[in-house]
Amino acid sequence: MKSETQTSHGFYGKFGGAYIPELLFNNVDELQKNYERIMRSGEFKKQLNALLKDYVGRPTPLYFSEALSEKYKARIFLKREDLNHTGAHKINNALGQALLAKMMGKRKIVAETGAGQHGVAVATACTLLGLSCVVFMGETDIARQAPNVARMKMLGATVVASMSGTRTLKDATNDAIRYWINHADDTHYIIGSVVGPHPYPDMVARFQAVISKELKAQLLKQTGDAEPDYVIACVGGGSNAAGAFYHFLKSKKTKLIGTEAAGKGINSHQTAATLMVGSVGIIHGSKTYLMQNKDGQITEPYSISAGLDYPGIGPLHAWLHETKQAKYYAITDQEALDAARELIRLDGIIPALESAHAFAVLPKMKFKPTDVVVINLSGRGDKDLDTYLKFI
Amino acid sequence: MNTLQQTILTNKNNNLSVFFTAGFPSFESTKEILEILNTTDVDFIEIGIPFSDPLADGPVIQHSSTVALHNGMTLERLFDQLVEIKDQISKPYLLMGYLNSLLAFGIENFYRKCNESGVHHIIMPDLPVNEYLEEHKPIADKYGVSPVFLITPATSAARIKEIDKISKAFIYLVSGNTTTGNDSSIQTEAIQKIRKLHLKNPLIIGFGIKNKSDYSAACKLGNGAIIGSAFINKISGSTDLQNDIQEFISQIKE
Repeated sequence: MKSETQTSHGFYGKFGGAYIPELLFNNVDELQKNYERIMRSGEFKKQLNALLKDYVGRPTPLYFSEALSEKYKARIFLKREDLNHTGAHKINNALGQALLAKMMGKRKIVAETGAGQHGVAVATACTLLGLSCVVFMGETDIARQAPNVARMKMLGATVVASMSGTRTLKDATNDAIRYWINHADDTHYIIGSVVGPHPYPDMVARFQAVISKELKAQLLKQTGDAEPDYVIACVGGGSNAAGAFYHFLKSKKTKLIGTEAAGKGINSHQTAATLMVGSVGIIHGSKTYLMQNKDGQITEPYSISAGLDYPGIGPLHAWLHETKQAKYYAITDQEALDAARELIRLDGIIPALESAHAFAVLPKMKFKPTDVVVINLSGRGDKDLDTYLKFI
Repeated sequence: MNTLQQTILTNKNNNLSVFFTAGFPSFESTKEILEILNTTDVDFIEIGIPFSDPLADGPVIQHSSTVALHNGMTLERLFDQLVEIKDQISKPYLLMGYLNSLLAFGIENFYRKCNESGVHHIIMPDLPVNEYLEEHKPIADKYGVSPVFLITPATSAARIKEIDKISKAFIYLVSGNTTTGNDSSIQTEAIQKIRKLHLKNPLIIGFGIKNKSDYSAACKLGNGAIIGSAFINKISGSTDLQNDIQEFISQIKE
């Protein structure tokens, strides 16, 4: 039996909490006091469900892959989050939080983005709901993710280059939080993953939990059992995995598998496998595993996949890892590229590089032929074509 | 009562403190700046522990942190510098930094080293009050170290009173809802309301204080001010720290 997921102060075991400067106290306090009430209200549920269905295209299909099942000797299903509007699971959270912000009376949204997927999802949600939108993005990332920058601008968002620190995702997150401090009255901060101070990890997990909610109904219909033997998902901050795991956290049957980005290998110093090489500390207001040197300075991660390139990990995953309720693997760039090639050739699906890290664990696993295995295909690979053309 | 409390109470409303980042502009400048400040009219000194991700800080202090880390500054080396120089500094000095630096150093190790380095007060903006009371206070007390907490004009009266109860030297009142070094003006009315709570601790105002007129305003509203970004701007690229620091302080406090 898996233990309770979260206490009232936003801790998963010793992980989580809200380690924030006093300047953020009121912003976070207002959110802590309101998010559950609003998310439970009939009006909010009605509006969000309608948007998820008619605008995002949910429920996303659960697709049985004959080819992968044949190859890996198990019954392998793909949860097609890549078919969502804007191309990934990110929209589930962006739309949910934007609607929540509107109901809290906010008029402006600030967000961070690394590869630009979350930024595009937030810009889209803001356009739809009539909110103004500022997205912070590291200067380095702006240069290497030009198409997503163009998409955000076309959607009416203001994209601000983060010039602090190493000018990547962690710095964009710092700058988004600083912007929130300086514009507290009318602005809501939409964080992109299950990271940050309480209530963000819990709130984002709940918005992504629609994935496992649908999975249960689809599995029951397609296999006769709502609970699979395995759920597999890639983990950067960990939001698609949190959503795919959510309704199976208390299951005695389902084994939860997360895959981190090992980059060039966990001993190469060019890695983003936080659980494998990190240690416990504070990042973006949350106590969790993070990549840091012995002086406590946060170090720069590396992965071929920009979406997994984060030096921390959501506190839920830190806790699931420490209590062995989920098992985490590290997948190298090359293993992810090989898995992407296989999925493209066998099933005709071009996955996001992030999602390819989930598929890459298949050769490392030993299944029984009767095992039902669900892989969360979190996003599509249009944004990664340049990389694929270069390497596969 | 230790010297910081005596100093602040003696000065009543005219306390002046400056903040600088250890290891900026050069690795060795920590000691030099402390020695110079010790000869000026500054009343107490805040030394920043450089951190890679300083959430509450604006661009000037962020940049000084980045440079200091590039210069090789670490918490361990900062403590070494302070141990070397502590007997020559008569003015009280505090450490200001982020919780991750403390945790990486080890809680007990950190407070022990503070004590050995002449540091009796620390400012950790992301250390929650509850966590301080539960996990830090017994150890911090053992080594004679106590924290200074931040409040803002938006902090509730109940929370301010709770912080006042556990504070020992002063309460750090942030001028407005802002990161450090912003051009925001001091929120006078909100601060006057806080004064009416009749707190036992003095209020020292910081964030966005940059010149004599800000300082004078802070002295009227509270018990003095802390200047960070403006001071760091002054010493950034300075070729004559002695002259530039003295000039800066004398312009503020004549």
